[in-house]
Amino acid sequence: MVQDRKIRVIVAKPGLDGHDRGAKVLARALRDAGMEVIYTGLHQTPAQIVETVVQEDPDVLCMSILSGAHNELFPRVMQAMKERGIDDVLVMAGGVIPDDDVPGLKKLGIEGFYGPGSKLQDIIDYIKAHLKR
Amino acid sequence: MEGKDNAERRKAFKNLSGIEIKRLYDANDVKDGKYERDLGQPGEYPFTRGVYPTMYRTRLWTMRQFAGLGTAEDTNKRFKYLIENGQTGLSVAFHLPTLYGWESGHEMTVGEIGKEGVAIDTLADMETLFSGIDLGKISTSMTINGPASILLAMYVAVGEKQGVAADKLTGTIQNDILKEYIAQKSWIFPPEPSMRLIVDTIEFCTKKVPKWNTISISGYHIREAGSTAVQELAFTLADGFAYVEAAMKRGMDVDTFAPRLSFFFNAHNDFFEEIAKYRAARRIWARRMKERYKAKNPESMRLRFHTQTAGVSLQAQEPENNIIRVTLQALAAVLGGTQSLHTNSFDEALALPSEHAVKIALRTQQIIAHESGVANTIDPLGGSYYVEWLTNKMEEEAEKYFNKIDELGGVIPAIKKNFFQMEIARSAYEYQKQVESGDQSVVAVNFQKTSSCGPKVELLKIGPEVAEKQIAKLARVKATRDDKAVSAALDKVRAAAKGTDNLVYPILDAVKVYASVGEIIGALKEVFGVHKEDAVF
Repeated sequence: MVQDRKIRVIVAKPGLDGHDRGAKVLARALRDAGMEVIYTGLHQTPAQIVETVVQEDPDVLCMSILSGAHNELFPRVMQAMKERGIDDVLVMAGGVIPDDDVPGLKKLGIEGFYGPGSKLQDIIDYIKAHLKR
Repeated sequence: MEGKDNAERRKAFKNLSGIEIKRLYDANDVKDGKYERDLGQPGEYPFTRGVYPTMYRTRLWTMRQFAGLGTAEDTNKRFKYLIENGQTGLSVAFHLPTLYGWESGHEMTVGEIGKEGVAIDTLADMETLFSGIDLGKISTSMTINGPASILLAMYVAVGEKQGVAADKLTGTIQNDILKEYIAQKSWIFPPEPSMRLIVDTIEFCTKKVPKWNTISISGYHIREAGSTAVQELAFTLADGFAYVEAAMKRGMDVDTFAPRLSFFFNAHNDFFEEIAKYRAARRIWARRMKERYKAKNPESMRLRFHTQTAGVSLQAQEPENNIIRVTLQALAAVLGGTQSLHTNSFDEALALPSEHAVKIALRTQQIIAHESGVANTIDPLGGSYYVEWLTNKMEEEAEKYFNKIDELGGVIPAIKKNFFQMEIARSAYEYQKQVESGDQSVVAVNFQKTSSCGPKVELLKIGPEVAEKQIAKLARVKATRDDKAVSAALDKVRAAAKGTDNLVYPILDAVKVYASVGEIIGALKEVFGVHKEDAVF
């Protein structure tokens, strides 16, 4: 059970944008909160992200994107996860994601959305409350 | 007497670099200063008060709004809109695939085409981008790094087609790869071949495009990635020194190329800290160029810079408040003596800016220039005890970083050891923790937060039709160009990359036969390889 071990989180940067400030700040905060954090680095394709998920078997996948490509890239990630039979990973998103796009992404199974101005503690609390295993 | 009534709001007052600020500054704080040595007249060494003798009394700063969206047609329209509204220079934002040298339609470009800037694949796109705009009359800044030499070559080729000779063109290419490894992350090749390309570009421009600014040595992105003002100052100038040393190592005389180096800084929230940063930057550069690199031409010692207000300071909550943030930041840049300025639009924490928001941003500059009176005299804060003390302090702190970078073996070794990357990640995290704890107030975010979001802002949307159009246009160009000429030109690029000949000449030949940015970068990758970043945080 999750309670007996560290929560494992992948922080991933899909797409081409190099805005990694938020992703790195989050990675540090989650590590300081006692979680085990794997940061993918930049420019990850959906296939690469899902491959990392398969390899690392995380409890949580956090994806950060600020280029506006979320509507194209997130569905590809979720589709590939489905094809690999992964359904117990909490998937969250951050970066610049307009409110209008959120309902569509929620339908794909992405749950927590944390854009600019979010509190790190809120993200930590959300993760702890919404783990799927 | 200190009593209960004047107890201070905080135990310590600090600026964004963590420098403690005293209640009051007086003559004692600047008693070691010497006017001629430390400040000098504007336009004279060490240029602390400004790089020109008359500054804004002769010519205001260039109002240069960074713009790029969708296809070349879309951005051409935005450029004309900005010119109609009084903008005095152009600044091109390229979409991410161009920055990385991927052709539109490559698998890495899914969802990215035309999103964060304009899609440029071939010379045909550049012809459209500047159609109806006289390159002999306007100066253009291009934010491009890995493929900078290619986009410069395209600009030269467009100029030729318009009948404007290369030596009449004015503008800037960012061409600053070091800060890409450090902060902005749109690198392509490893550092060493990247530096070679930059020196090739400097050499080419010195001979062929003498009025062009060959590098815009940029602190902006370092700051956006989370550095403090001191780190921005120190890391940017250290990059500048590295470029000077690389060009000198090639055998170039410092005075032949240094006058065309330019800088690009952020304008962030702490008003006086920013002003002190610009003043300190000018003085450090002037001294280093004269004393270390033995420059003789005063123009080599003159640090000219562009400023952009801090994108990262923009908030999604109550976005109209961003107009006020931008105004204060822009004012700091002007009081700090900037040569050109981009003011961010209030909706940029949410999307690319709408026309309405861009116009307010431009109007902000016009109000500062024409209504506030701040441009009437030079360096109006010069002589302020606080500003002079802080200018000295910023310089002192930057010097500590220069020593540290030297100990690490210079900028490129320090990059490979992730020195800058970790320094910036640490500062970004510290700042965020201060916001979370409430030590750092952000209005309407962690302070005076209200539940209402304010009026709904109309956002600009880039639809999927942009990608379709761009991919189709590239296919049309490829169908009508001379393929044999293209592959011969690409062979010459490869051959030059393997040897030591200046690469810009074969690149110019390749763009003229409509080789794409992606094809030229692809040819160079075969020889140079690609950079791999350590995923550290």
